[in-house]
This record gives sequence, C-alpha cells and structure tokens, in this order.
Amino acid sequence: MTDTTLPTAPPAAKVESNSIFRHARYVIAENPVTGLAFALFMLIALAALLGPYIVPHDPLASDTAATLHPPSFKHWFGTDQLGRDIFSRVVVATRLDFIIALASVALVFAMGGLAGIAAGFFGGWTDRIVGRISDTIMAFPLFVLAMGIVAALGNTVTNIVLATAIINFPLYVRVARAEANVRRDAGFVQAARLSGNGDFRILLAHILPNIMPIMMVQISLTMGYAILNAAGLSFIGLGVRPPTPEWGIMVAEGAGNIISGEWWIALFPGAALMIAVFCFNLLGDGLRDLVDPQRRT
Amino acid sequence: MLSLISKRLLLVIPNLIGVVIITFLLTRALPGDPAAYFAGPAADKQAIEQIRVKLGLDKPLIVQFGRYVADLASGDLGNSLTTGQPVVTEIKNRLPASAELTLFGLIISIVIAVPLGILAAVKQGSWVDHTCRVVATAGVSLPVFFTGLLLVYVFYFLLGWSPAPLGRIDVFFSPPTQITGFYLIDSVLTGNLGSFRAALSQLLLPGLTLGIFSLAPIARMTRASMLAVLASDFVRTARASGLDSRTVILTYAFRNAMLPVVTTLGMVFSFLLGANVLVEKVFAWPGIGSYAVEALISSDFAPVQGFVLTMAVLYVVLNLIIDILYGVIDPRVRLEG
Repeated sequence: MTDTTLPTAPPAAKVESNSIFRHARYVIAENPVTGLAFALFMLIALAALLGPYIVPHDPLASDTAATLHPPSFKHWFGTDQLGRDIFSRVVVATRLDFIIALASVALVFAMGGLAGIAAGFFGGWTDRIVGRISDTIMAFPLFVLAMGIVAALGNTVTNIVLATAIINFPLYVRVARAEANVRRDAGFVQAARLSGNGDFRILLAHILPNIMPIMMVQISLTMGYAILNAAGLSFIGLGVRPPTPEWGIMVAEGAGNIISGEWWIALFPGAALMIAVFCFNLLGDGLRDLVDPQRRT
Repeated sequence: MLSLISKRLLLVIPNLIGVVIITFLLTRALPGDPAAYFAGPAADKQAIEQIRVKLGLDKPLIVQFGRYVADLASGDLGNSLTTGQPVVTEIKNRLPASAELTLFGLIISIVIAVPLGILAAVKQGSWVDHTCRVVATAGVSLPVFFTGLLLVYVFYFLLGWSPAPLGRIDVFFSPPTQITGFYLIDSVLTGNLGSFRAALSQLLLPGLTLGIFSLAPIARMTRASMLAVLASDFVRTARASGLDSRTVILTYAFRNAMLPVVTTLGMVFSFLLGANVLVEKVFAWPGIGSYAVEALISSDFAPVQGFVLTMAVLYVVLNLIIDILYGVIDPRVRLEG
C-alpha cells in the first residue's frame, strides 16, 4: 500500500466508480460467499429496523400456561421459562445488539481513527503518546479489560459501548497511523499545503477521505468482534438487564436448561449471534478483497 | 541470549507501569463515592468519613497512588466484601484451575490447528484448504459460551459421554494431593489413576471449547506462513536437490514457518484469557474467572480489580516468554539482541 493517488477530477471519478462496480461484480462472482454475506447483512438490518413491528408475539409478555414449550407452529423457536416467545425475542434483540456494536464502532472510529491519523501525520510526540496509550491497552487481555472498565464505570449499556470501543482502540490506531504515514508527503498533500491549507484541514479533508476505504474494512471486521464482546459481557451479567431481549443474556438465561435438555432457549439466540458475527467477518473479508486485493489470504 | 532477555525485561517495565496506572484509575473511577461504597449501605455520615480517612481517600490522588503501589508491592489486593477473605489468597488458590484449563485448551488447539494449517498450505486449493478456511472463519464467529453450551448438550445430555459440567472433579473423587495445583499432573505424580481419569473427563469439554475458539488464528497463520515459506528459494533448492517432500516440508519449511506462528501466540493468549472467563462460567469451573464474575454480580470490586491486575500481569509475562522463545527458535533475533 504505497499508492500516492492524485485527487481525481470529476470525469475521471466516473470512470473509476464504474471500474469499482466492475471490480465488485468480479469479486462477488469470484467469491459468492461475499454476496451471501451481503444478503445476510440486509436481513439483519431489516430485523433491526422493523423487528418490533413484525414479530408475532410481545417479546416481554410471559405466559405461564406455555412455559418451556419446544419449537412448534405457534412458537417457531419455542418458549422460555416464563413462556415468552423466543422467536420474537431473538428478532427484537437484533436492534439492541446492532446499536451497541454500531455505536462502539463509531466511537472507536472517531477516537482511534483520528488519533491514528494524527500520530501518522505529525509523528514525534503525538505519535509517542498515542503509541504508549495503545501499548498500555494491548498489555491487557482485551475482554478482561472490558470487564474491568464496565465494573468500574458502572453496569450500564453505555459503558459496554465505551469499553468495547476502548479495547478496539489500538487496532484502529495501527491501521490509521500506517495509512496516514505513507501519505504524509504525498503529492496531493503537498499541493494542499501549497494552496494554504492548515494541518488540521489537510488531515480531515485530504487524508481522511483517502484512507476511508481501508477504514471501512476495519469497521466491518470489528463489528463482528464488537457484537461478540458485548454479548460476552451481557452473558456474564454486565450491561443489559433482564427482561430486555438481548442475544448474550438470552443465551445465559437458557444456559441452565441445557443440561435438562431444553436446547431451544439458548440455541436460537446463540445461533443469531453466530450468524451476525459470521456475516460481518465475511463482509469484512469481501470488502478487503475489493479495496486491497494484495492482502487477500 | 542473555542480553536479549535483559533488553526484553526492560521493555516489560513501562508495560507494567501502564497496567498499574490503569487498574488504579479503574478503582478511583467507581461510580459515586468509594468511601460510601466500601462503608456499605447502612453506614452513617461519620462512618463514611472514618472509612475515607482509613482508606486514604482524603489525600491527593498522587498520594493515593503511592499507597496503592505500596500495597501491591507487599502483595495486598484488598479484601473481598462478601467473603471477607483477602483477594490474594483466593486468587492464588484458584489460579491453578484457570491455568490448567487455559493451557489444556491451547494444547488442543495447537495439536489440531498446526497440522491443519500445514496440510492446507501444502495442498493449496484442495478440500483440506477449504476446510481450513471454513474452520478459521467459523472459529472466530462462534461465541465461546455458545460453543461450550452446544458441547454440553451433545456430549452430556444427548450422548451421556461426559460428566455434568460442574467443576474440576466429580464429587465422588477426592482431588489429588496438591503439588503443582494442576489436577492432571498431580494425579499422575501421586499415581492416582482414578482421579486422573475423573479430572480429565471434566477438563475435556471446557478444554475443547477453548481449543475450538483459539483454533482459527493459529490455523490461519500456519497456513499463510507455510505458503510464504514454501514459495521461497531455499525450499525450491531443497526440492531441486532431490530431498523427499517430507524432509522439505517438515525440516526445511515448517521450522521457518513456525516463527510468525509463535508471534501470533501472543494474540491467541489475549483471546484465551478473556474467553477463559466465559468458559469458566459455563462449566462452573472454580478458577479466577468465575471468582471475578461472582464478585461482579454482587458489586464486590476488590476481587474484580485483583483479577484484572493478575490477568494483565500474566499476559505481560506470557508475552515475555513468547519473545524469549522467539530468540531460542531464531538465531537471527538473538544476534540482533
């Protein structure tokens, strides 16, 4: 990745976007799994958007006459200890899980992405301070640090988002720093400086847009990790409180019933979790093939 | 070699300082007034004030930090609010359980992932390669607590091969005499075969869960690094000289390909130590992870903090060992050091 792309003029941009579409078609044809991942992503987004309006039952309504029913035509995924419909709960939970992941990724993109660009662009002390903060975070096993942060700051969903953002910080810094560093003396940066732009304007208006494609790959790859992390935290009882439907806490609620054979309580939310993470990982890989074909594995 | 180790040890110091500062900040970031928190809900104003002075919370932050470091240096991590026991002894008693589980999981995943990665690289594009790719992607997507529950359902409930997922050893067996704290090793050392079998059968499922979880990065890295090495000149020379493919792959390529894999182990340990907490909760494993989770639920902060600190120090030490191992394997690193 040592390209020093010149800012493209409007007519050239049209040609380029055309070739990006062609390249995208080629990548999807080459690897149909990416297409599948994209379809899954649409499904998840749809469930997150419309979930509460389309589910057949109230996700919070308990029905003591129908507790622990296995999956049937009436309750597609069965019912839990309180007789709540698991299908409705799994679908409604999509929104919360999606929002937690999205918020934490947006937050870490703002913190880590900007810190990384600044470190790569300015070098010197900025680089050293940002590097030291990243190293300190990396000195912890990440999930353990997230536990510590949520335990200290208070057991809320906001703090889950914050903790997930903090443990992803070093990853974003590393990518943004490397990408900004190779561009700090690129022709378009020098041209921008000669036209009288200040450092911050160059950073935000010239370098940031150029490294966005790589950052998008990073965002997609860390979305899956963010979902896993948040679900893991709520599995051990942090953040989301019952009876709120959320995948991690639903698996935890079904954990005790596994040994007595009621598999459906934990299986369906766990499978939803797995599919969501799988989807984001595949999507990230596909996006990387699109943006940076050389790094394909 | 010695200079490499001492140089690396110097690098550990800023990391440890960072860890101590963060854990200190985490205690002071407790929501609300820490003194009121430690005094308990029934305390009146005077009692809270007493606790504040006793804990040194009325002093400036830097003095508090000094006290904190002094406490750490004397091995004092505070007492648990619920049990009243010192956190250090509890962690010391539970650490072997966690360590045995983590290492067992790591061994399982290395035994599966390394041959899988090598085969995938040697037979690139074959079904082994595709299996490797699917396993690698699925492995990172599976929530570790979910894998654990699935294994419990299949091997305990459906097949009945595995004992109930409750702790390190069946209640009908007495744990082996403590030597290392690792039940498997201790029962072999004392020649107690019954205990060995009982401990192994309890360890198998949680170990497998952790193994599946850490499989992906190791297999992926082995494959990528084997591919790079297999394409290099010295492998071509070895092939051209008529060495059989077994020698070329295992002696020439594999040894060189191991280096990046050893480096990945650092990241794998970060995952493993975190996943350990979740697996311990699923299998009611009496390790430090479940200790921290129990404390978290009852808002007992000292054990959580002790746990985070222990894990971080362990992780820093593990990374140090990995770096030294790197020097042992690769003479070039030693020369630079």
